[in-house]
Amino acid sequence: MKEFNIKKRLMLPLKEKDVLSLHAGDFVLLTGLIVTGRDKLHKFLVKEKPSRKEIPFDLQGSVLYHCGPVVRKKANNYEIIACGPTTSIRVDMYEPEVIFRYGFKGIMGKGGMGEQTLNALKVNHCVYFHAIGGAAVYLAERIKRVVGVWKLEEFGIAEAMWALEIDNFPAIVTMDSYGKNLHNTIEKKSYEELRKLIRL
Amino acid sequence: MLKLRDILVELYRETATSLPYEIETKLKKIFKIENSNAKEALKVILENIKMAREFEKPICQDTGVPIFFIKAPFGISHNYIKNEIIKATRIATRNIPLRANAVDVLTDKNSGDNTGIGFPVIYIEEVNNSKLIIELMLKGSGSENIGQIYKLPIQEIGAERDFDGVRKCVLDAIYKAQGRGCPPYFIGIGIGATKDQVTRLSKEQLLREIEDKNKNSLLDALEKKILKDINKLGIGPMGFKGKTTALAVKIGINHRHPASYFVDVSISCWAHRKSKVILKI
Repeated sequence: MKEFNIKKRLMLPLKEKDVLSLHAGDFVLLTGLIVTGRDKLHKFLVKEKPSRKEIPFDLQGSVLYHCGPVVRKKANNYEIIACGPTTSIRVDMYEPEVIFRYGFKGIMGKGGMGEQTLNALKVNHCVYFHAIGGAAVYLAERIKRVVGVWKLEEFGIAEAMWALEIDNFPAIVTMDSYGKNLHNTIEKKSYEELRKLIRL
Repeated sequence: MLKLRDILVELYRETATSLPYEIETKLKKIFKIENSNAKEALKVILENIKMAREFEKPICQDTGVPIFFIKAPFGISHNYIKNEIIKATRIATRNIPLRANAVDVLTDKNSGDNTGIGFPVIYIEEVNNSKLIIELMLKGSGSENIGQIYKLPIQEIGAERDFDGVRKCVLDAIYKAQGRGCPPYFIGIGIGATKDQVTRLSKEQLLREIEDKNKNSLLDALEKKILKDINKLGIGPMGFKGKTTALAVKIGINHRHPASYFVDVSISCWAHRKSKVILKI
């Protein structure tokens, strides 16, 4: 495999000091347990407020990955065929409560999130990882094992919570626990250009 | 001879797992000129394209909304084609596999096989020759969600009812989209009289190849100008900052009503999955 310009290798679950060592712009490789969750799961967590005990995985310090994978059922387990990130902004309104209630130390998706989540990252010492959008087969190859799945019957394959053991999964920190948001920086810059281009 | 259904299943497989070579070539070119995290992202993207083709697995987990654009000669039943598409969609979803993406609005249940009301999307028109041409686009929804429709004039962005107004709309759409739809983008634009017409027209533009030059020189110039301006925004691959925010801009026009000037902007992610099959009848 081609070598990355790697800043950090991180083991999950994340600890307080791990989070504080991360800064917007860092390229990282993640190893350990993550769980997936997208639109339906976020709504469910905030509306129904299941306790941590009701969820079959230990979420403390874990990373919540915005992803609806393609999965093939095998004899005794599942095979993740494709698993790139989905657009994170859709769950922005739920994320602060989800981070606070379930103890996530990382959120992973694509496209970045809004001010309320940025603030929640700061308050709860959490970080946003930007995965590579569309790189679904590449990222599926970085999954070593499907640990389990929750809410499969109710939500279906794409919307269920999958617990996955990942190995050297590449991502870029774009929102850190110090309130720095790369997306905002790039947006502001592009706004200056836009103003020039349309003479606002 | 192969059945139409089998041909359609293979069309699905090719579209979902193998990105058009011209797009891959273009991405390799921009890899050379981008830097930092955008370059790292492109490295993963290029590797992913190769792996998907080799393993025959979907390039992206969002295998999208299947959209068929069909040109059928006189004498072929359109209903027959539609039925074969439905059957092929079910087989392709199971065998490739594709992600089941058709959700019932009433019950919120996923049909599980990518079929449902108006799903897949199928456009058929009769043409005056003996070939059946079927084009399939698997339209990812991350990029579909950032599309916009504009009704000119729009004072806030100074967009009047002319080509410069069109340019301003597209820049506004891409500025608002930022990196959320997986850039570098492909952009289709439709201009015309009614909302339904321009949205289809803008989608059809996404079928055009990168190097396809607009036959009308005014539109050709506008396409180039808009592409150049978009790439000045600096959003870059995956929204990580860079020189390449879009790879192509294509414009289609219809006549408009004196009172209406609609501009629709359809956007595709870098994983712009489309394939074509031509059958002699």
